[in-house]
Amino acid sequence: MSRLRWHEARGTDLPVLMPSASHIARAAAAERTSGFFTLRLQPAHGAALLLLFLIGCGVAQAQAEAGHPSIVATIWKWTPLLLGGFLFNLAISAVAMTVGTLAGMFLGFAQISLLPPVRKGAWLTTHFFRNAPWLVLLFYCMFLLPFQVTVFGITIPIPDWIKATLGLALPVMANVSEIVRGAVQSIPTAQWESAASLAFNRRQTMWKIILPQCIKRMLPPWMNLYAILTMATVLTSIVGVTEMMTLTGRALSAENRPGLLLAFYSYVLFWFFLYCYPIARWTVRLEAKYAVNQ
Amino acid sequence: MNAASEPIVAIRDVHQSFGAVEVLKGISLEVPKGGVVCIIGPSGSGKSTLLRCINGLVPINKGSIRVAGFEVQKLKTDQEKIALRKEVSMVFQQYNLFPHKTALQNVMMAPIHVLKENEAEVRERAVALLEKVRLTEKANAYPGELSGGQQQRVAIARSLAMQPEVMLFDEITAALDPETVKEVLTTIKELAQDGMTCMLVTHEMRFAREIADVVHFTDGGVIVESGPPDQLFDRPVKDRTRAFLSQIL
Repeated sequence: MSRLRWHEARGTDLPVLMPSASHIARAAAAERTSGFFTLRLQPAHGAALLLLFLIGCGVAQAQAEAGHPSIVATIWKWTPLLLGGFLFNLAISAVAMTVGTLAGMFLGFAQISLLPPVRKGAWLTTHFFRNAPWLVLLFYCMFLLPFQVTVFGITIPIPDWIKATLGLALPVMANVSEIVRGAVQSIPTAQWESAASLAFNRRQTMWKIILPQCIKRMLPPWMNLYAILTMATVLTSIVGVTEMMTLTGRALSAENRPGLLLAFYSYVLFWFFLYCYPIARWTVRLEAKYAVNQ
Repeated sequence: MNAASEPIVAIRDVHQSFGAVEVLKGISLEVPKGGVVCIIGPSGSGKSTLLRCINGLVPINKGSIRVAGFEVQKLKTDQEKIALRKEVSMVFQQYNLFPHKTALQNVMMAPIHVLKENEAEVRERAVALLEKVRLTEKANAYPGELSGGQQQRVAIARSLAMQPEVMLFDEITAALDPETVKEVLTTIKELAQDGMTCMLVTHEMRFAREIADVVHFTDGGVIVESGPPDQLFDRPVKDRTRAFLSQIL
């Protein structure tokens, strides 16, 4: 099946087998640009998660004492609350991605600036935030940012989730910066040369010729980064944001049945899988498509 | 001063080095307006570098280059170089079309964005240029859908759209298969007949003989021998020229 799809992407109906070496090379190149492993989620992974969930349910059912409602009923009871938490995770990921992408684009452009101080400063910033552990950045933002700011006499509170979102936006910013820099530098210098000989200036060359070609190259690693960020939003539970993980913990303590642990946490995993799976599949498909077209 | 006798390209004692390697070791040549000059020579003799010096892509260390009224070695800022490149356009071996734009858009881009011309007028001119290079039916095709020869002809039309004074061609048929070479060379020939000043670096000796007013043979960063094609190809004076030609022809 996946072989067939390769043929479609290559625009041929001949039974061409892609050499495995080029798969590996492409995956490596993609991971170098994004700085992350590419999520290569398969339906089998979903099936495995489902199996884990069913085993968890079985364990819970077996440990159930007389008078406990069935495991399915218990999970169903908590689902609205947990899903509310999940939506909060998604909201955090969306805000962090937006803020991180905007900041990261500026930082990425600064990394290819012709002015050495700008370029070096941006490089340092990028690599600091890209290599710092996400959880540490999160704690920094939680404890260094004030809980309220006063502007023109008006006191504006900054809720924890905003601070946590900013904490997650920092590594996103650094990674987007690298994606932008990598994409711009992956465009052959011949394109710059031919633009120069047509009397384009640097700004025009960048906006009219280089960046439009970069979007294709940036999209797959950017989507991959988003999927990874979505999974990282559960980190905010550690710093006290009431998202899905926190709520799951609370539900478990309310139920006070240790047997539910495996079932509930694999249920959480399953929701994340449902959300990330289409993104991961789409990313891989775009990657293959653009690799063929280049 | 008589403007007609003034050469449009005047290169005097040009030296250029990449680090410690001296690529050009004192090149001098002139091209009259409407003239067609071919530069031949073995790989690494500095032919392409010379062309790149002429439109300011590569700075020179010593000597002077005067093209279409510009003293190239004195151009410092990007703006000055851009003014030069509006008059001196270059076509590359690897075509270097913009892959995200159609053939027509490739031709239209520079006049619209660089010369700030009216889009309707530019479109009219671009359509005419594509017709001139016989690619009217490919106007809306992307570079990836075109053959090498077709891409190269789009690249020529794209340079012509800037209405330059001088056209530089850097081994433009080197990446093409023999059958498509002809279509590109026909285009250049028509261009030369229209009175465009052309400087070509080429390995197509038969074509050079057919089209050039003057042929320069370069080797090791200097011009070894120059002359009209009949003389240079049939009665070369220097041994080095003779050796090179006997290997090629």
